[in-house]
Parts: sequence; C-alpha cells; structure tokens
Amino acid sequence: MKNCEYHQIDPQALSTPNPTPPPPPCAERKSKRAKRKWEVFPGKNRFYCDGRIILSRQSGVLPLTLGLILVTSALFFIFDCPYLVEHLTSCIPVIGGVLFIFVVITLLQTSFTDPGILPRAGPDEAADIERQIDSSGSTSYRPPPRTKEILINEQLVKLKYCFTCKMFRPPRTSHCSLCDNCVERFDHHCPWVGNCVGKRNYRFFYSFIVSLSFLTAFIFGCVTTHLVMRSQGEKGIIIALQESPARYPFLTAALELVICFFSVWSILGLSGFHTYLVASNLTTNEDIKGSWSGKSGSEGSGNPYSYSNIFTNCCVVLCGPMPPSLIDRRGFVPPDDAPAAAPPQIELPTLEAKSDINMCTRGPKDLSPPAPLDRPNLHRFMSRRCQESSELRGALQWTGLYDCSGAPPLTSDPLAPPSPGVRENILGTSPQS
Amino acid sequence: MAETHSLQDIRQQAAVAAKVFIQRDYTNGTVCQFQTKFPSELESRIDKQQFEETVRTLNNLYAEAEKLGGQSYLEGCMACLTAYTIFLCMETHYEKVLKKISKYVQEQNDKIYAPRGLLLTDPIERGLRVVEVIIFEDRSTGSGR
Repeated sequence: MKNCEYHQIDPQALSTPNPTPPPPPCAERKSKRAKRKWEVFPGKNRFYCDGRIILSRQSGVLPLTLGLILVTSALFFIFDCPYLVEHLTSCIPVIGGVLFIFVVITLLQTSFTDPGILPRAGPDEAADIERQIDSSGSTSYRPPPRTKEILINEQLVKLKYCFTCKMFRPPRTSHCSLCDNCVERFDHHCPWVGNCVGKRNYRFFYSFIVSLSFLTAFIFGCVTTHLVMRSQGEKGIIIALQESPARYPFLTAALELVICFFSVWSILGLSGFHTYLVASNLTTNEDIKGSWSGKSGSEGSGNPYSYSNIFTNCCVVLCGPMPPSLIDRRGFVPPDDAPAAAPPQIELPTLEAKSDINMCTRGPKDLSPPAPLDRPNLHRFMSRRCQESSELRGALQWTGLYDCSGAPPLTSDPLAPPSPGVRENILGTSPQS
Repeated sequence: MAETHSLQDIRQQAAVAAKVFIQRDYTNGTVCQFQTKFPSELESRIDKQQFEETVRTLNNLYAEAEKLGGQSYLEGCMACLTAYTIFLCMETHYEKVLKKISKYVQEQNDKIYAPRGLLLTDPIERGLRVVEVIIFEDRSTGSGR
C-alpha cells in the first residue's frame, strides 16, 4: 500500500503514447488486472496475499518451527499454568503470554518480510556495466576481471560481479543460492524461518531468537518447578504416575521438558552468537568467511563498517532507520514490459527450473548488445571464473546459450555444480570464429 | 502545469538516445550516496554545476533518511517494544524522506531536466543502485550525440 506512492515517474511507462498517468494505487486494481511486479519476480520466492507476503520457496521447516512453539506453549498454558497460578503467582501466565506473543509475531515478521532483496539490473544498466568492464583496460587476451575494488572507510574491499543479477554486488551483499536473489547485508538463509535473513529483517530475527530463548528458558523453569512441587506435594511421584488422571501433568511436562531441553541450549547459543555479531556489526556470512579477521590475508584487517563502540553498533543494527523494500512487489509492471515478461509460473513447482530462465530470455533480446553475443566475446565471457552454479547459469542464460524454449538444461539438475565437461563444451564451440 | 506539459511532450515524441548511470559511492560505508562525478555524456546538455547540485541534494536527502541519532533510535526502540507491528501501520522516517525525494526528482525534471531533453529516474525504482539519467534525442539539432 505504501509502496505504491513511490513511483510516479516511470520513463518506460511514460514513453508509451498513452497519456494516462500510471495507474492510481488502489482504486482500479481489480478491474484492470494489470500485472504486479511480484508476479514476474525473477527470484525463487513465493508470494501470498497479492504480494504482501514474501517467503522463500523452500519454507517447509517454518511450519515445524511454528508448530513446536505453538505445541510447547499450548501444553504449558493448559497443563502447567493453572497449577502454578494456584500455588505460586498469577504473574506466570502473563509473562509467558507476553513472551509467546512477542515470539510468534517476530517469527512471522522475519519470515514474511523482504530481507533486503536487490532487484536485478535492467538490460540498459547491465549493458552499461558491461561497457565499463570492457573498457577498464583489457589490453591482454585475458578478460578483465569481474571484480571491482573500492575503498570503504580507507579499507580496500572487493566487489564481485553477480552474473545472475547482472551488477556488481554492493558491499555486504551476497547472492542467496536458495532464493536466487542478491540480498543486502546478507546474514544467512535460515530454513527455520523460511527466509533469508538480511538488512531488512535482521532485527526481527534477532528479537525472535532472543525472545525465544527467554521463552524456552522460562517454560523450562516453570515446568521443572511444577514437577518438583507436584512430586513433593500430596503424594509421591510414583503414586501420581500410577493414577490415570494425575498422570497427564507428568507426561505433558516430560514432553515439554524434552522439547525445551534440546532447544534451549541451541537457541541460547545462537542468541549469544548473534549478540556478539550485533555488538561488532558483523554478519554471519562475514564471520564465517572471516572477511575482516585477518584470515583472508589482507593487511588492513578490521571491520570497516563497525563503529567505535559496542553500544553504537547495537543501536545501528537493531534500532537504526528501517530501510525500504527495494523490489516494490506490489507495484505494477510498466505496460511496455508486460508482453515480454514471463507468464506467472512462479508458483508452479513443476516449472521451477524454467520459470527463472524465462525471465532471463528478455535479457539478450532487448539488450542493446555491447558485447557478449558474438563468439570471441562469448569465449572471453565464459572463461571467466564461474564458481557458483547459479552464476554460471545466469551467464549462460544471458548469452542465450542456455536455450529456454524447452531444450534440456546443460546439467540435469540446475542446482548441481557444473561439471568441468560442461564448461569445456561451451568453450569448445567458440574459438573458430 | 505548463512545464509538466512539455515534459509529457518529450516523453511521447522523443526517442531515447542514451542512458547514463550514476553509480553509488561507497567510500563512507553502505549508506546511500551517489557519485558526484559529472558524466561526460551530459556535457552538451546541462551545466556541470547544476547537475552536481542535484546529485548533492539527493545525497543529502538520503543522508537525512539514514541519519543515526536519538530520533531514529527512539523510533527503532518503540518499534521493538511493539514487536515491530508498528511498521505495519506507521510510515517510517525513511519512507517520508523517500517521498520527499520523489517529489524533488519530479520537480527537478520539470524545471531543469525535461527542457534539456533529459529525464532523471528516482533511484528507488532502480533499487537505490543508480541514478538513471535518460538522454532523449535532440530534435532541434538533429541527432543528440
């Protein structure tokens, strides 16, 4: 709803002879049936509620996460709370309730928020970058490197070119292979919440794990207290277990204890780790790669994004200004783009491999081609380092080699790393011309 | 309104001659700033100072949007206390500034860029990655470039 208001100047929309202004946000939505941008979104995401909700395609673990939280809390509220209220204090269900609501809301916010996806570069922008790369001193036969070095706070940082998104990835951005998107300040792809964790939802994620560790610790403590009080109470635990109605509190308590016991340590550990990351303004991705720890061999080590003190880092990461979503998923596709756009296959699982390919066929057609379509250029283009399979795939699609009209993909599984043979095949076709 | 009219005329009649992309400037970290270097493609069309002034104003506006300080921390903390549900119904400071930026871009287009056969694109439409300047073919002097 709010996003509609950003775009009032759209050069592509305006270059059509039709003088009507861009469609007013909400009024004629149903009648015109103009395509929204989420319907042609190239990444591997699912959208619900007409684009309001975004999820990763593999979000099967999210129901499990939600189920575990709901079941444990429900058991706690049904079986433990009445006893504890009666014998201890009525604060317990209140605290538990507040924590539970907070946990569920932050979990859903983490899962359903755009993590900070960078939209892919349009054909013109990609062509411009291509021109820059080609003109940046490629005197030798070797292709110019697809990296760009820039100074950030007096520290040299290498930007990599993303073959899928056709741009240099901004600092701290990384391409999520599961969602096939570049995500700003990429932290990690979290299967438990069914989404990437990045710039826009990291604070939700952090609140989620911290509140969840409080909730599990709280339930764990309460259930233990409940068990201890009951077994010391009227009868001993053995007798209670033998009686049918009195047995249930113990059985449910045992179940809760098992769930809490196993989750509390991992979640506490995770919150501790993320607290350390927040305090040093790092992302999991950077921490694992050791980008700033000096392991990578750069002399000027140290995190260039970190502020001087821990407190500022925490404030910036958790309470800084909330950046806007850049993909404008509820915006309308500009009219002259619409025919070229792929049909809405995004949701169909059988076309999983194809749908994103279709998106890319647009690339070569309306790319005013600076380089990579002729053979020698193609050869140079392909001989560049393509580590990630998605990068290779993106590159192939772009050059048009990866025929999307129904020919089988080069590897049987599009996500499998490309075998060396495949690359040789591609290269083998080129040098003659 | 008169200017808007001319803007629309350009968009309808003229063909796009070229596009210039002003890239992001990351020297101060990941805050949204654009390079103020004047692209040579625009030399024949617009005054260097005028263009730099536009980019600098844009940069200042983005800096205002991402400004760290008491107010933004307060907003963040309030949001955290409400489990971030406040983001669903409240417009953040950033969004307010983005609207201001849209308005500014439109205004600059109407006043300065459209009469010269240029069109600025609001960076939010390009994922805050670039400022796109579209150069339309110059009809009066034959081909623009």
